[in-house]
Amino acid sequence: MTLSALMPVLDRYFWLHIAVIAALLSLLFVLPEYHSGIMARVMVLVVYALGYNLLFGYTGLLSLGHALYFSAGMYGAGLAIRWLDWSLFPAFFSGIVAATLVALVIGSLALRTIGVAFMIVTMMFAQTGYLLILYFNEYTRGDEGFVIGQAARLIEWGSITVDLSAPDNRYLAAWLVLSLCLLVKLILVRSPTGRVWIGLRENEERARLLGFNPYRYKLSAFVISGIYAGIAGALYAILFGYAGATFASIQYSILPLLWVLLGGAGVVLGPVFGTVVMFYLVDYLSEQTSAYMLFVGVVLVVLVLVAPRGILGSLRRRLLHGLP
Amino acid sequence: MDFWPYLLLASLEGAVMAAVLALTALGLSLVFGVMRVVNVAHGEFFMLGAVLAWWFSSVSTQWFGISPALAFTVAFIMSPLVTAAVALVADRLVLKRLNYQPEATIVATIGILYIIQQLALTFYGPDARPVVAPFSYRVQLPWFGYSGYKLFVIAAAVFLLGLVWFLLSRTRAGLLMRATQQDYETAQAFGIPVSRVYAGVFAFGAMLAAMAAVLIVPIQQAHYLMGLDPLLLSFIVVIIGGLGSLRGTLIAALLIGMSDGIISVFFSPTLAKILATTLVAMVLVFRPQGLFGDRPQ
Amino acid sequence: MSRDSKRDNHRDTSLDLNRQPVDVKRRKLLTGLGLTAGAVAGSQLLPVTGRYVQAASSEPIRIGFQAHRTGIGASYGRWYERTTIAAAARINDMGGINGRPVEIIVEDDGTDPKRGAEVIEKFATKHKTDVAYGTLFSHVVIGSAPRAGELKMPYFVVSEGHHVASGMLNRYVLQPGITDVKSQVIAMAPWIGDNLGKKVTMIYPDFAFGHDHRDNFSEAIKAQGGEVIEKIAIPPTETSFFKYFPKIPRETEVVYHVMVGPAVLTFVKEMGEFFGANRPEIFGFIDSLEAVDMNSPGLEALDGTYFWEAMPRYATGDEHDAFYRAHVGVNETGASTTDAKDVSTYSHMFGCWETLNIIKRGMEACNYQGPDDRASLIEAVESFETFEKSDNHPQGDKVFNGKTHQAFGAQHISQLNEGKLEVVHTTSIEDGMYEDEVDYTTQSL
Repeated sequence: MTLSALMPVLDRYFWLHIAVIAALLSLLFVLPEYHSGIMARVMVLVVYALGYNLLFGYTGLLSLGHALYFSAGMYGAGLAIRWLDWSLFPAFFSGIVAATLVALVIGSLALRTIGVAFMIVTMMFAQTGYLLILYFNEYTRGDEGFVIGQAARLIEWGSITVDLSAPDNRYLAAWLVLSLCLLVKLILVRSPTGRVWIGLRENEERARLLGFNPYRYKLSAFVISGIYAGIAGALYAILFGYAGATFASIQYSILPLLWVLLGGAGVVLGPVFGTVVMFYLVDYLSEQTSAYMLFVGVVLVVLVLVAPRGILGSLRRRLLHGLP
Repeated sequence: MDFWPYLLLASLEGAVMAAVLALTALGLSLVFGVMRVVNVAHGEFFMLGAVLAWWFSSVSTQWFGISPALAFTVAFIMSPLVTAAVALVADRLVLKRLNYQPEATIVATIGILYIIQQLALTFYGPDARPVVAPFSYRVQLPWFGYSGYKLFVIAAAVFLLGLVWFLLSRTRAGLLMRATQQDYETAQAFGIPVSRVYAGVFAFGAMLAAMAAVLIVPIQQAHYLMGLDPLLLSFIVVIIGGLGSLRGTLIAALLIGMSDGIISVFFSPTLAKILATTLVAMVLVFRPQGLFGDRPQ
Repeated sequence: MSRDSKRDNHRDTSLDLNRQPVDVKRRKLLTGLGLTAGAVAGSQLLPVTGRYVQAASSEPIRIGFQAHRTGIGASYGRWYERTTIAAAARINDMGGINGRPVEIIVEDDGTDPKRGAEVIEKFATKHKTDVAYGTLFSHVVIGSAPRAGELKMPYFVVSEGHHVASGMLNRYVLQPGITDVKSQVIAMAPWIGDNLGKKVTMIYPDFAFGHDHRDNFSEAIKAQGGEVIEKIAIPPTETSFFKYFPKIPRETEVVYHVMVGPAVLTFVKEMGEFFGANRPEIFGFIDSLEAVDMNSPGLEALDGTYFWEAMPRYATGDEHDAFYRAHVGVNETGASTTDAKDVSTYSHMFGCWETLNIIKRGMEACNYQGPDDRASLIEAVESFETFEKSDNHPQGDKVFNGKTHQAFGAQHISQLNEGKLEVVHTTSIEDGMYEDEVDYTTQSL
């Protein structure tokens, strides 16, 4: 892509996203240890939600099985480290490749369906993936999962060694990956492909009449979304040293949906806010009561009644027209 | 055990599952068919039915000292009614205000799911608790013993399903439902109180789930996390059967219930589950309208 | 040594019998050998006022309790919490730790490994607890352990999983209060082979916990000249079990079962229904019926079958057991003293009680002052070798392996007789010993 092709993208909204990225970096220096620790984890999960938003928010496809791609990334990286002794970068990429392949296969099948059937098909395939992890217990240690050794969590570059299990390095790694993913997403949704995605969400028939092949475009959204999930899964395994079947369970397919809805579906930055708000909500409420999910439920119901477009979606309607 | 008796046993188990599943899925199917609402909280109505059944049966035995059979009857009447009332409230307070818009209702019902689940945890607790079966008769077959109550569950479910069929096809309430399902706007134009039909259908759907739960709770136990499984299975049944097709829902319930039992004869349990889930997904992929849906949705 | 004598001084004041009527027994305390014999044997009650006066700091010792308040582990979690509160109250009544009161900070992990790791971070960086403690479910332990190691937060788990002793975790994770599953299973095999039969069919959940049972028991029963003739692994999502029982071969002499989760009662009920009067011997791990009333409808069919118990649910008349029961609020039949329907997880939760007492002993041994002493606390606990049966260790004597960070204790086999479990055999600690698989002390702190 030449610079001139990028020019229309470099508007005030581009700089808004750069500002958010810069703010996230500066938080490392401002936040107390506890909160910067939380933010490191949340940023990894935001990557997951960013990808989910591409599929759900932009292309209008509601998947209930994204934990499959998250865990494909997690196990793609984790198993390579555990059984093949791969070092960090190869393992990270093997996670991404695993998620890509799984998303490609499942996506090409699942996209033959639409609506509720699509939800169910994605969910069933994810359930199959979850059961497969349990079935191959010998390699995966099933539900119990396994620890990813410290040695595989080092970046070694000549004489420089960066330990990703150290808090600041972890934060920076999460931030770096998130920033890249955020910018790529911003560019994607404003690209011609992104406009077709939105077109499919609004009116598939019209997109078809305009000569776009809906299946191809949906598949591209599905796979890219799966890659995002895989990146997040692999990154989680490496930064936090654990892979387990829990991350493949249905609960982890529903979570990105909630984060995206809360933050604003179809807004690039939506998942960033949604994930942060949801995390702190649970973290705070769980100190007050063991029924904290009750309040999460209430928040969801109130949200959908009062601000159905989520935090940023509502903001965009009132203030920031044209926010991508 | 020899092959044929084993197959018989697996079929019986499959039939129990199919019976309960048919009732639960029928509730989900009605709600989807008439209201176009994907009710993610359906499994929680099932759970609520089971938990309330425990409460009603233990309260009535403890306070009034009545027999297990009578206590079970009390639970069987009261628990679905209370569950229906809860659903009615949810419909009026939330779903109606959302105009039953599909995506919004999915989110709202996820919220309702958490609310009901956590209320159960708070007031009922985390333990799995049993309800005493109304009778405990063990049928001794030549090859194995079988619970008489399980056979009763099959019979009761068939009877209830018949009742629902009668209600839908032979009564005025059923006519209103069907009319609304077929064409919402025309129904409204003909003066059908669509809003009230919706409320009724939502409550009725929840009631069916609760009835299924009361039947199953002497076999399994009431637990606050028990709603997920029936939810997933009902979804599968409804989709496989074809959205909104009640006949399809029943056949699919039979198919799913029986196959779950029978596949387990041939494969190791976890592998059987893997095959079953993949099979369901593949059926949908290659026949997205479901096995019995007549129109592409 | 001056510090040590100071620590002992403040205990030798007076007793407050009104607060603790059961106290008489406590004088028989003789907890352990080694480093802290003097300090702990001297533990006695102090009057409420002025209890902590002589401590260098009266700031409480903060113990972060990672609790399964919600999620699949909540039945266990609730009893773990009650036991923990009771043990901490007793420690405080005895003068706290190093003259400082103990404060338990509870955080719910939702029985989820991701939240578990977050909770560990929260303990380390927000609550600034001295140690983290109390986790049961293995996946939560394994998900949390790397973070505990990185944050250099001593993490005392009460999980009975083999993960600690297998070497999978790190030097900051210890399991000194409860025997691991590998040891339990090995200790059971000889008795089963000798008394119940040699041809065993195993039924277990198809996940890591079940596989630990499968692998360790298969090997152990082979050593007895027996054999596992069929292995039936039940998927964890299963809610009905009847259809799996025909897979049990006819020549089976013993059915070995272990199940966890909310469907356990269904499982044992259906097993009873399937066999009727004509059944093989049945041996189960009490996990299949923890928090379940033995008199629940449908359990009659299990009468005469055997169960592993770490600590007998029905009171045996043992004085330390009685003491512990009274403190935790459990009656003679293992249910809550306030609600007879509320049955405890008696074979697991003692681990919380004992672990807290070990934390106390460890902190006293290294004269723990604050987070800077966390490494010395690990070393102090690693140096322990035995825990003697006492009010601090009501389950019984234990041997602690400082290299593998794992404790070993005696196990019980009980028979279900008319809705009541009666101990028929108690293993020796040696029955459950196996070779070390790791030496954590070689890792840096």
